[in-house]
Amino acid sequence: MEATTAQLVVTCLVDSLAPRVGKAVVAVLEGQGVVVEVPNGQTCCGQPAFNIGLLDDARSMAGHTLDVLDATEGPVVVPSGSCTAMIVSHYRHMFRGTDREEQAERVASRTRELTQYLVDDLGADVRAGCGGCSVVYHHSCHGLRELGIRSQPDHLLREVDRRALDDEEACCGFGGLFSLEMPAVSTAIMNSKLDAVEASGAEVLVGGDISCLLHMEGGLRRRGSKVEVRHIAEMMGDGVDR
Amino acid sequence: MAQPVTFVRRAAELIGTDGAAAVREGATHLSDRRQQRAEELPGFDELRDRARAIRLHSLSHLDRLIAHFADHLTEAGGQVHFAADGEEANGIITRILEAASANLVVKSKSMVTEEIAVNSRLEERGMEVVETDLGEFIIQLSQDTPSHIIAPVLHKTRQEIGRLFAEKLGVDETDVPEELNQIARSHLRQIFLRADAGITGVNLAVAESGSIVLVTNEGNGRLTSTAPRVHIAVMGMERIVSRWEDAAVILEVLARSATGQRLSAYTNVVTGPRRPGDSDGPEEVHVVILDNGRSGILAGETGEILACIRCGACLNICPVFRAVGGGHAYGSVYSGPVGSVVTPGLLGMDPWWDLAHASTLCGACEEVCPVGIQIPSMLVALRRIAAEEGRLPSWMERGMSFYSRAASEPDRWRRAKKWARRLSAPLSARGWIRRLPGPGRGWTTSRDLPRPAKESFVDWWEQRDGA
Repeated sequence: MEATTAQLVVTCLVDSLAPRVGKAVVAVLEGQGVVVEVPNGQTCCGQPAFNIGLLDDARSMAGHTLDVLDATEGPVVVPSGSCTAMIVSHYRHMFRGTDREEQAERVASRTRELTQYLVDDLGADVRAGCGGCSVVYHHSCHGLRELGIRSQPDHLLREVDRRALDDEEACCGFGGLFSLEMPAVSTAIMNSKLDAVEASGAEVLVGGDISCLLHMEGGLRRRGSKVEVRHIAEMMGDGVDR
Repeated sequence: MAQPVTFVRRAAELIGTDGAAAVREGATHLSDRRQQRAEELPGFDELRDRARAIRLHSLSHLDRLIAHFADHLTEAGGQVHFAADGEEANGIITRILEAASANLVVKSKSMVTEEIAVNSRLEERGMEVVETDLGEFIIQLSQDTPSHIIAPVLHKTRQEIGRLFAEKLGVDETDVPEELNQIARSHLRQIFLRADAGITGVNLAVAESGSIVLVTNEGNGRLTSTAPRVHIAVMGMERIVSRWEDAAVILEVLARSATGQRLSAYTNVVTGPRRPGDSDGPEEVHVVILDNGRSGILAGETGEILACIRCGACLNICPVFRAVGGGHAYGSVYSGPVGSVVTPGLLGMDPWWDLAHASTLCGACEEVCPVGIQIPSMLVALRRIAAEEGRLPSWMERGMSFYSRAASEPDRWRRAKKWARRLSAPLSARGWIRRLPGPGRGWTTSRDLPRPAKESFVDWWEQRDGA
């Protein structure tokens, strides 16, 4: 059987702020026999501009991203529900009725969030773990509500000591530029989430989106909390070094 | 020009208060109950789809439905009035009441009369106006404003209410809910008996029979609309359905979504005034149908927001609403996610555009909405309009322009990444930034930020790939 080639979009935040997550994703995919390619020239999907209403800026970044991805073939895999939803849902909407409409459709139909790709598409026999540690999982909102990603991380985490997290599907308060525009509100929401995380007794907070995770990790560090934060990709595969 | 008070400033005064804690607890409780009531009903999703279809049908046939409703209500002996705005509605209401020589007016809870501020208008004309919904009664006694569209005193503790009653009504202080309820009941019963007129809102108007439906849990809506001589119902023009069959669907999703009940305790139907042979009921029934900016909303990108049935489920689930102590932070009658769309529509983008930014776009509101309104997309649309109107802070606009130029051109992106790494050097210790300048300061007031990596993922990949 011919090996599958996947195009990895690591996301701008992973690229600069958490490259270890990108390396972990490569390790997981290669562990499944997938040939990983990283499309040259990838930058940012444009979501921050889209969400704040700066549509011209969003179109510029989205157009660039579409050009980069449309020059490749095979599934596009993104370790973020939020960036995936941007490409899969919002690109289609943004470019409807423009000369990029078909391109947006082509790319959107190839694009998958990491856990979707592993569980739904590859049916990979992979499980997330961390040598007996206890975890809680944060469902990032866009993956959860725009893409319906819930069972996939649950499946990957099926063998870990997973603790109950109060109001598990509540937002963490990040919200992209919202976190800068309304920092006190963002922090108040975060504090409820972090209180729940700490009350769960879990040692590790796991999620599928580095954006929410950096926000919560930043908050946990500031609190002096012992809870560690990991992307789910970092919990899979052997020899993945944190 | 004075800087308008913004969402951020109002929220800052509320975050961390006892009131905010009470709102969080109450809103969470209501959300949990909604969830139970949704889960217990097989086919709740289908019911929601039907409710949505019914409401969208109403919005696209509004002219015709209102005309039918008006005809049928007139046949039943009621009187229909149309008001283009709050000023006109208040004028109509004042004239009706003065013609009836009304001195004492009772009201049941209604957001639309809050919207047009009818109480102060009637008080100016020398009338006494008494709110009879327990929550609204407490709000009126404490000269406060509602913090929630269905639970106006969500921000108050029962101890606070006990003290208020003791002070204003001269009763013994208590914090037992049943006793508080009884105090209000005894006080209000006397007022009902003396009242000349009653003002209510309208939860639903049914075109085929010219009826209005009032939903309450205290029965005060029934007393307000039947005990006095004159009943005036004020309704937003969108609050209409075609048939009783449709009303039944809406009432079911409304009760489940609003308070987590299967059906509200009182569902009161009014079809015109007392008829010959009726043992009670008002001599006159007036329905004031209000536009007040709704036509403008309907014609714009956020028109579907008028499908809202005012259940409050989106408020209860909203992380922002829960964090900022509820409705007061929103500065207008309609709060939470739905209010952030409705308020700029009714009152204008200036100064209300910032409400559309008071959201993480988490999507929980859309998920619980009993009529499936796509609130997050509407918030993004309003943000886009605000940006086009040049309302965004300049750091955001200029910063994003710089960022998007870099992200649209790989060489520039590469250089920008290097610069970010270099510029972060003096701000960082052991790989983490504890304090950022400028707009980044908001992040580091409560959160550390990792320093941009020396070797980005793409750098690493190119090394590996090239090796």
